[in-house]
Amino acid sequence: MVLDNLLLAFAEIGSIQTLLLMIVGVGAGLLAGSVPGFTIAMAVVLTLPFTFSMPPAQGLATMISVLVGGLSGGLMSGILTGIPGTPSSVATTFDGFPLARKGEPGFALGLGVWSSFFGGMISAVLLVLFAPQLARIGLEFQPWDFFMLVIFALTVTASLAGENLIKGLIAGAMGLLVRTVGEDEAVGVGRFDFGSDYLLSGFDFIAVLIGLFAFSQLLSDVQDRSAAQRALTDRGNIRVRIEHIRALKELAKRWTVVVRSALIGMFTGILPGAGGSIANILAYDQAKKASKEPETFGEGNPEGVIAPESSNNAVEGGALTPLMALGIPGDVTAAIMLGALLIHDIVPSPSFISEQPVLAYSIFIAFFAANFIMLGMQSVMLRVFVLVTRIRMYMLAAVILGLASIGVFALNNVADDIWTLLWFGILGFFMRQFGFPLAPMILGVVLGNIAELNLSRALAISSDYSLFFTRPWALFFLIIALFSAVFPLFQKARSEGKKWVRYYAPALLMCISLPLLMMGGMVRPGLSLLCLCLAAFLGYRAFKSEAASA
Amino acid sequence: MSSLNRDTFVAIVLLLACGGLYLATLEIREPDYGQLSPATWPRMIIAILTLLSAIYLVQSVRSGPAQEGEKTEWAGFGAFFARWRNVLWVFALFLGYLLILPWVGMLIGGGAFVFLLLTVLGPFSGRDALVHAVIALITVGGMWLLFTYGLGVILPRGELTGI
Repeated sequence: MVLDNLLLAFAEIGSIQTLLLMIVGVGAGLLAGSVPGFTIAMAVVLTLPFTFSMPPAQGLATMISVLVGGLSGGLMSGILTGIPGTPSSVATTFDGFPLARKGEPGFALGLGVWSSFFGGMISAVLLVLFAPQLARIGLEFQPWDFFMLVIFALTVTASLAGENLIKGLIAGAMGLLVRTVGEDEAVGVGRFDFGSDYLLSGFDFIAVLIGLFAFSQLLSDVQDRSAAQRALTDRGNIRVRIEHIRALKELAKRWTVVVRSALIGMFTGILPGAGGSIANILAYDQAKKASKEPETFGEGNPEGVIAPESSNNAVEGGALTPLMALGIPGDVTAAIMLGALLIHDIVPSPSFISEQPVLAYSIFIAFFAANFIMLGMQSVMLRVFVLVTRIRMYMLAAVILGLASIGVFALNNVADDIWTLLWFGILGFFMRQFGFPLAPMILGVVLGNIAELNLSRALAISSDYSLFFTRPWALFFLIIALFSAVFPLFQKARSEGKKWVRYYAPALLMCISLPLLMMGGMVRPGLSLLCLCLAAFLGYRAFKSEAASA
Repeated sequence: MSSLNRDTFVAIVLLLACGGLYLATLEIREPDYGQLSPATWPRMIIAILTLLSAIYLVQSVRSGPAQEGEKTEWAGFGAFFARWRNVLWVFALFLGYLLILPWVGMLIGGGAFVFLLLTVLGPFSGRDALVHAVIALITVGGMWLLFTYGLGVILPRGELTGI
């Protein structure tokens, strides 16, 4: 049965048409990732309207290709121009650009390309291994647990999205509120329609996403008149050949950095809201700490290229894991993938992999295949990248806005969706100007319906509200939501040397041991005991160090 | 207003919006069926949003008036339009594009929008105008062909133009 499904999935992805679309997707992603000011999420969200007429597997494969290409594209501009193409490749410039300036741009690119490839492959393997296991756990979830999972996803996204937690939470709540406009899904009653048919039909959430993310980003990009008229880079002619063999030999010597960074990326991706922008810095920092020659970082150390590139490509495997296993996206791009599935009336849930095995395997295969295509396309796209660097930002912005309007219309053949694009573009622009992070709002828009439906289902089963706090999984998510809400305070207090931060981790471990104990069985109470022991050890150590410093 | 920072202003707007939206929830019809009233979930969100906005307001008031470096003195409409010129052009042209869409259709409306946007955002000369016209024609025309003939999507036709 598994083999049959796998073969069917191979047939879906292996068709000439799908492969061609994937090649185009990877190429477009590589370019989008290499253009400063053009984010990966923007590229993926703009691809979405083109995929609606494709079969689900083909559409998702195309979007995954754009995503994988985008994750790898940032390294080209980062290494060759010193300007990171995306926030995911910021750390790549720290050593990639100095290495290129030392006269080794081909070697630096080789390291980046192959690290991206291996990072992506490691995360693809982990995605295949972990997603079904997580889905099995997800089958235990009841509506109360799903509701709390959404609350946790929003809280952690808000806490990781920026300096001001309150602004992040406000953005998340606004996203939830946007999704309530129009007919209530459960009983079909109109809400916040103010007598308008446009509002009664609700906002198409893909149009909202494109408006919030792409439209507002383009407005920000052309805000400064002179900057908008400049070419993307002004470094003249760039001629370089990627040194594949030398880079592979170097990677073989430093394979631990590749694996460690990929694991950092994978774990960061699983956390809702934490994406490549965090992973590449974390992996770079860890590589520097573990290096025998940390003083050479920043001067062209190969590990300074390997670590961020391996980690940022591993992020998407992590972000797709909770999406495929639980229906909860790990980051903004995974949220857009969720949108792509919903367009085809496929609602991801813990039973997704078992009920839609061909589609699930198609996603796995597409993720692997996209990494191989990316490897082959880098050399070709490098030449195109050189041409793209001569384009001026205002040209890109004007063309993309025009095309986005066509794409948004094509989603439902409704002109009102283009109005939605405009309103949410304006809203997104103002939110950026006032320092509100957009990621929590986007997650709020995506998860709003899931939260409301599960709340409704929970109350239909039982009117006992205490179940939201007493069911083991619901309690587990509530506890980590509360701790993630305190996380920005923890970070601030740690930098100020406050004493209470020593007890943050022991308190978290102690609290989560309770729901783990309540889950029953053998393994989870064992884990609970382990958490308690670890909490006691860390608490004792914190107490001792406090006593010593007093 | 000069003693307030812009966060205070935003927090007040948010609180007013919450009040308005709460009043709007009173207009939501209550059906005789279903466990969860259609107004409950929006009210829960509004309650949370109100609480968060109130915290935001307190935070912004406690942080005091805008610092000297953050203050943007009102220098008249001329300076305002000079600063936000490009953004206002994008808004205005996109709005114009949407308003004329039913009459001229997506091919001509979209092409005109891209051409005009390129012209107001970019440099202006005869050669630039020609380049912008070619870009608008190729990109919007190409997409129109792709959607109409490739993907089978019937894009809006203009009442006046018929295309």
